[in-house]
Amino acid sequence: MGKAKVKRASTSIDMTAMCDVSFLLLTFFVLTATARQPETLTVDTAPSYSQAKLPDANLAIITVGDEGKVFFSMSDQNVRVETLRSMGSIYGIEFTPEEQTQFQGMEDFGVPIRNMKELLKMDPATRATVQKGIPVDSTTNLTNELSSWVKQARLSSAKILKNRAIELGKDPDDIDLLTVAIKADANEKFPSLNLIIETLRNQKQNKFSFVTGLKSADQ
Amino acid sequence: MAELNQDSGKQGKGGKVRAKKNGGKVDLTAMVDLAFLLITFFMLTTSLNKPQAMDVAMPDKNVETDRKDEVDIDERRSVTLVLGSDNKMVWYQGVVTNPLQGPTVVDYGKDGLRAVLLQVKAQVPQQTGGKDVIVVIRPSEKSVTRNIIDALDEMKIADIKRYMISNRIMKEEVELLEKENIYND
Repeated sequence: MGKAKVKRASTSIDMTAMCDVSFLLLTFFVLTATARQPETLTVDTAPSYSQAKLPDANLAIITVGDEGKVFFSMSDQNVRVETLRSMGSIYGIEFTPEEQTQFQGMEDFGVPIRNMKELLKMDPATRATVQKGIPVDSTTNLTNELSSWVKQARLSSAKILKNRAIELGKDPDDIDLLTVAIKADANEKFPSLNLIIETLRNQKQNKFSFVTGLKSADQ
Repeated sequence: MAELNQDSGKQGKGGKVRAKKNGGKVDLTAMVDLAFLLITFFMLTTSLNKPQAMDVAMPDKNVETDRKDEVDIDERRSVTLVLGSDNKMVWYQGVVTNPLQGPTVVDYGKDGLRAVLLQVKAQVPQQTGGKDVIVVIRPSEKSVTRNIIDALDEMKIADIKRYMISNRIMKEEVELLEKENIYND
């Protein structure tokens, strides 16, 4: 019996195509990845089983942590400028175009509106140290600055989206409303959280989201 | 492109230097390894980066009068969870002064709150003739955000249709927490 000789296949494979594809994918993921902005107030959120994701756009986040310090952030840059302008007119502060540009690039903040000008003058790297939180109380007066911020952000977002809808020839009443989310530290006591919830309820923002971490399926 | 350089050898001082023909194959294994590693990294960081959201709807509040609306409901339907400190809570059915069940201290685990919820979810329709249970989550001043999120999570898991967060804790409920020693800082 003649033994059939097993043909030894070459071990090297042509990887050019594989390399092409993988680099194409790599480029795609690098470009779509959004660099995460460092937060001024870092909080450790509580995990939940919730599957819903936080929306990317048209979002305002109220961060609370570190014994009741409150920070505010808006996702949309145009909304930021519009909100700052209307906040300025309410509290009687004029913001220059340079300051508005500075504010546009600022991810989140936590200062009383009186100190906003000083904050905007500062170097972005040193801002974190001076921010002690936005004043918040149980009233709906001007002393509750968080209430004003949220309200103006909601109005600004609606205004901008309405104008955009009119430009595009769509129904201006059919717009998405600003999503308000609360990002609270897991170990934050209830009274400071309650102040924020009541602030939202006082302006009929009865729906909001809690930002949570991910909890694995069954523990 | 790669071939362009190969001609340079012929231009010397007449000497025929033979251009060394490199093999067309380069070992791409390491490169592919690296590329896939980076792909994996970017894929995971982009999708896992997004935080989860838990939607909450609070009852509408009459701001002008701030009237404390007292809605009368069947006491057999109402189950109240009073969230205390140390990751524990007290639950009771009915009114706090004269509860139908409880007050009992439980924790947020699978055998704690979830067991209670599943139990009352089955019991209440039998007691009331088909009406479902209403769970009131009442965080005390000593409870933390984690407790509220956990409690809301359990509502979803146990599929409780009616639940609410109430911030109007009663004096008796605080006393209850103090008695059980779960009202500490």
